[in-house]
Parts: sequence; C-alpha cells; structure tokens
Amino acid sequence: MALQFSPQAEAKISDLCRRYPNTQAACLPVLHLAQDEFGYLSEEVLELVATRLAVPSSHVFGVATFYTMFHREPVGKKVLMMCTNVSCMLTGAYETLRKLETRLGIKAGQTSADGEFTLIEEECLAACADGPAMICGDRYFLRLTADKVDAALDACRKLPAQHGHHPSHHSDKKH
Amino acid sequence: MPADRNFKIVTRLFGVENANRIDVAMSHGAYKRLQPAFAMQPQALVDEVKKSNLRGRGGAGFPTGMKWGFIPKGADTVYLVCNADESEPGTCKDRELLFWDPHLLIEGMIIASYALGCKHAYIYIRGEMIREAAVLQKAVDEAYAKGFLGREQQTAIGSVKIDLTVHRGAGAYICGEETALLNSLEGKRGWPRLKPPFPAVKGLFGKPTIVNNVETLMNIPFIVEHGGQKFAEVGTGKSGGTRMLCLSGHLKSPGVFELPIGITFRQVIDEVCGGTHSGKRVKAVIPGGSSMPPLDASELDVPIEFDALMNDPRIKPVQYKPGHNFELAPGKPLRAMAGSGGIVVMDEDTDIVAVCARIMRFYAHESCGQCTPCREGTGWMAKICTRLADGYGQPGDIDLLSSIAYGIAGNTICPLGEAAAWPMMGFVTKFRPDFEARLAQSRGLPPAGYHGAHP
Ligand SMILES: Cc1cc2nc3c(=O)[nH]c(=O)nc-3n(C[C@H](O)[C@H](O)[C@H](O)COP(=O)(O)O)c2cc1C
Ligand code: SF4
Ligand code: FES
Repeated sequence: MALQFSPQAEAKISDLCRRYPNTQAACLPVLHLAQDEFGYLSEEVLELVATRLAVPSSHVFGVATFYTMFHREPVGKKVLMMCTNVSCMLTGAYETLRKLETRLGIKAGQTSADGEFTLIEEECLAACADGPAMICGDRYFLRLTADKVDAALDACRKLPAQHGHHPSHHSDKKH
Repeated sequence: MPADRNFKIVTRLFGVENANRIDVAMSHGAYKRLQPAFAMQPQALVDEVKKSNLRGRGGAGFPTGMKWGFIPKGADTVYLVCNADESEPGTCKDRELLFWDPHLLIEGMIIASYALGCKHAYIYIRGEMIREAAVLQKAVDEAYAKGFLGREQQTAIGSVKIDLTVHRGAGAYICGEETALLNSLEGKRGWPRLKPPFPAVKGLFGKPTIVNNVETLMNIPFIVEHGGQKFAEVGTGKSGGTRMLCLSGHLKSPGVFELPIGITFRQVIDEVCGGTHSGKRVKAVIPGGSSMPPLDASELDVPIEFDALMNDPRIKPVQYKPGHNFELAPGKPLRAMAGSGGIVVMDEDTDIVAVCARIMRFYAHESCGQCTPCREGTGWMAKICTRLADGYGQPGDIDLLSSIAYGIAGNTICPLGEAAAWPMMGFVTKFRPDFEARLAQSRGLPPAGYHGAHP
C-alpha cells in the first residue's frame, strides 16, 4: 500500500486546512507534520503532501527545498542546531562547534555514525544574550561554552527522538 | 518625559511563575483591555495609536498608527499578521516576549484586529522556535476556550468574531521581510515581492494586510488602557513607549531589558550590563541587529532612539570610499539606525575583520537569490572578507569590499541587500586600520583547496 498519513495526522491536516482560504497555504504546516511522521521528506512524502493538498508536486518540491528545516535526506534521531552567528561567535561558539564535531566524530552538516545526532551550524537562534546557544528539539542549551559540551551531549542523548523518526518508514508504514 | 528605568509595559510578567498560563496572566490583568477597546469605534482606536507615537519594533521604526491608516476604507477582507520570525543576528527579544507573555500578544492582536476590521489574524513564528511555538499555541487554545477568540463579541459596531492562527516558518531569515513572510504564509517559497503594491493595499491572499512585529502589538493594550497621549509621554521625541533592548557579546551581564527610549549606549553598557566582561574598553557596537552599520567607541553617547541614530552628528557618516559619504537621500548621509534593538558589544581584543566576515557569510547564506546584485554581491563580500580575515587578502580587497556593497545598496527588490551592504561599508569606514593591518599581514594567495576556513 502506498504511503499514508496516520489518522491523527489526517485529522490535524483537515483542521489546518480550515484555517486558511486555500490548501496551498497549509503547505508549511503539513510539511512539518509530514517530517514529524516520516522522519524526512523523501520524494514519496512530497508526493503524498502534494496529493493531499491538491497542489502540484513541483510546488511542494520547490517549497521543501527552500527552507533549511525541511530535511530531504534522513537525519539523526536528534538535530543539534548550534549557532555561530556574531553574538555567539564572540562568546566562543566556534570552539563549541569544534568540540561538538570532535566528540561526535563528524563535521557540521553530518550525522553521527550511530545515527543519534545530526549537527547543524545555525544562524542566529534569537538567544544571543545567552550565547553560545544551541537548540535540540524544544530544549535550549545556553552559554554553551566548549567545556560544557560533554554534559550537553549527555542531556541530549536522554531526550526523545525528534521527527517521529521512522527511518525505515517504507516498511513500518505498510499496514 | 522619558520613563524611569523600572517602568514596564511589555515585560511586566517576566519572571512571574507560569505567566504564560491564561489564569495566571488574567490574574495580572490580561484581556481586561478588550471591553474598553470594543466600546470604541475602530477609527478611534487607530487615532489613539497614531497619537501614541508607537513605532514599529521590527526594525524600520515606521509609525504604527500611520501604517494602520493605509488600509483602504471599506475593504471587505483585511488581514493582520504578527511577525514573530525574529532572526536578525543580535536580536532576542520577541522570543522572550512570546515565552513570558503570549496572552499580551493575543490581547494586542484581538484589539488590532478589531481596529483594522480583520477577522482572521495570523502569527508567523520562526520555525526554530519549537518551544515558543508550543507555548504560543497553548495560549491561543486557552484564549479560544475562554471565548476571547472564535466567539462573537459585542462591540461598538455590532457583533465581531476574531480567529487567530499560529503558523510556523521552516528556517529562512528572509521570511522576516514582510512580503517574503506573506509568500511563506501562502505556502510558497519565501521570496520578497516587489513594492508597490504595499501589503496594506495588496498583501496576504491579495487582501489588504498589516504586518507588525511582536513587540509592536504587545504595546497596544497599554495604549487602550492609558491612552495614546500617555504612551507618547513615556517615550522621547517622536518615539513613544519603551524599547526592548537585547544586549549581547562581550558584556559582564548581558540580557534582554525593557528600557526607556532615549537611554544611551554607554548607559546601557556600563550601568545596565556592568561593562565588558573583560573590563577592557569597548571597541565596536552593533546598534540594532547585524544589518546596521556599527558604531565605534567614540559614538556611544547617542540615545538609542530611531531619529537620533539616523541624524545625530556625533555618529560619523558611512562612506562607500574614502572621502565619499553614502547618502540615503541627497545631503542625508547614512549614519546608523536603531533597527531591531539587538546591541552587540565587542571589546578591544575583538577581531573586527573576522566578525565582519561572519556577518557577510550570514547574508550570503540568506540571500534568496532573486536579484543579481544581492545574490552575487553578498557571495563576493563573504568570500573576500573571509579570505582577508584568514590572512589571504589581496591588494585592493578593502576598497573592493566597499565598492561591491555600494553596488548592491538601492539595487534590489528587498532591503536584505542594504542589510548586507550597510554594515560592510560601515565596518570599513570605522575600522579601516583593522582591515589594513590584516591586509599587511597577508600570506598571499590562499593554498589550493582553500574554501574560506575561518575561523
Ligand atoms: C531581511 C529582513 C528581515 C526582517 N526580519 C524581521 C523579523 O525577523 N521580525 C520583524 O518583526 N521584522 C523583520 N523585518 C521587518 C519587516 O519587514 C517589517 O518591516 C516589520 O515586521 C513591520 O512591523 P513593525 O512595523 O511593527 O516593525 C525584516 C526586514 C528585512 C528586510
Ligand atoms: S535583495 Fe536579496 S534577499 Fe531581497 S529579494 Fe533580492 S536577492 Fe532576495
Ligand atoms: S547570535 Fe547566536 S543566538 Fe543570536
């Protein structure tokens, strides 16, 4: 059977569509939902969103590739968004980023070998006064200087996986 | 008369436990301004806002009442959109406001919607603010449950029902620009639109639309409660109310503070933030988000107020080449701007060229690519400034940077072009010796495979 949204997601989509004068406007919220459901936005997922909203798949593809939070490839269970913009840079963000890279054995933009973390070098996260700042899901790690990286990673390991995380959605969504 | 430093309008609930829960917020007066507002004619509310001298807190400082007045009379559908996309580097006030007092924003938006004739308002919140989006959604759900939203209200013009939807962005700085935001809200790529038409005439879904910043809208309940006159008196000159200032960088006690408009940079840095963390002298200050030309240490006695930063002769004009001022209009040189309230302080050990390079990489990354001068120019500035910072500057690079910036400014669809060009010209104007020193230490051509590794 083809890819499907869960009944809960379906209900949310119907609800969302009522809040805009046309279905195209629900594109971003539904892509967020789809990413939560399926882990990342594969071609198949984009087709599903396009069909569900009755907008051309080329449009959905264009939107999904424009925004940095939409992942077109599988990502780790948790995405670490580490700001290196000016305020955070001044308070040591690059040292923090280097330490994160070393600890995870990856470069920014990559996913750790155990599939746990994807590390992203972010632009300003609106936490400048408490920089260096990092976001993992709905958690903020503030004043995250390099010496606090190990403790932060330990805390992140204990957080629930984001994006529903079904890297193998092709099999486990068939029911 | 400017208010004293403890006078609060938008941060009254900061630090109050569970302030974002509706029962707690209501015990502190939330939604009490709805009835008095509904008893007024919409036009009277717009007039009150005009009288208040409230100016947009999103960056441009445009008078809010005047903007509201641009909605065509008799428009059938009008939209109000709150810009909660906060992503201008150095700016971190809206996120705090959303977290601590979402109900003040909702109350402000209900009043503004009534004043403007809007039946469905939207809050466009930045995608990365996952925690704040959840707080805000819960607050909106509570306001629906209490009947402030989604239920008929009796007003001076009959029964009115207002809906409010929280819409999450998905990672794109450019969506903070109001027309890009509207495209994004319509489910498209966040590409800025050509203006005119302005959103007040043709905005969201082609309808007259007002876009206002979070902080701007949170001031509305106070104006209803105390009158526009009082709000104007709290401020200075043609700027009413208080201002959220975000202090970051090399400070002993950085933070987000609601302060009287008119306080000077030096007062905030020394008296509110305890000076630099190192105790060293201040070298440079970004006055209102990274899009604004920086100030040097001799320019810090200017009040942080929209008009002062644009006109005060104590702030040196920005030049596009030595001896040539960059003018916004004939005879009106660019000095600085109050922008978003994001103040970034750098002490005397700061590597200014590296900071400038980082800022340029940001704009190159965030250019949406529609206009050639912005797309190409921001890329070149990022590359050249980064190689200069890394010790591979080439002769002529410094003037080249300013001339690229000069070629961008004024030649693009949206102000992101200026947002990159102004600080570029500003850094070179005020910190030229830093750039020259770095060039003098250049190791020549970068090695093969160099991609701009700094820092
Ligand atoms: C590149 C760019 C980014 C912007 N980002 C924001 C932002 O994050 N938040 C905001 O309120 N305004 C931002 N603005 C300003 C908006 O375009 C708009 O002027 C503002 O939301 C109007 O609200 P106000 O009148 O209440 O300030 C940005 C402008 C530009 C050109
Ligand atoms: S100025 Fe830059 S960001 Fe703005 S529309 Fe043009 S290319 Fe896009
Ligand atoms: S610069 Fe890092 S959060 Fe703003």
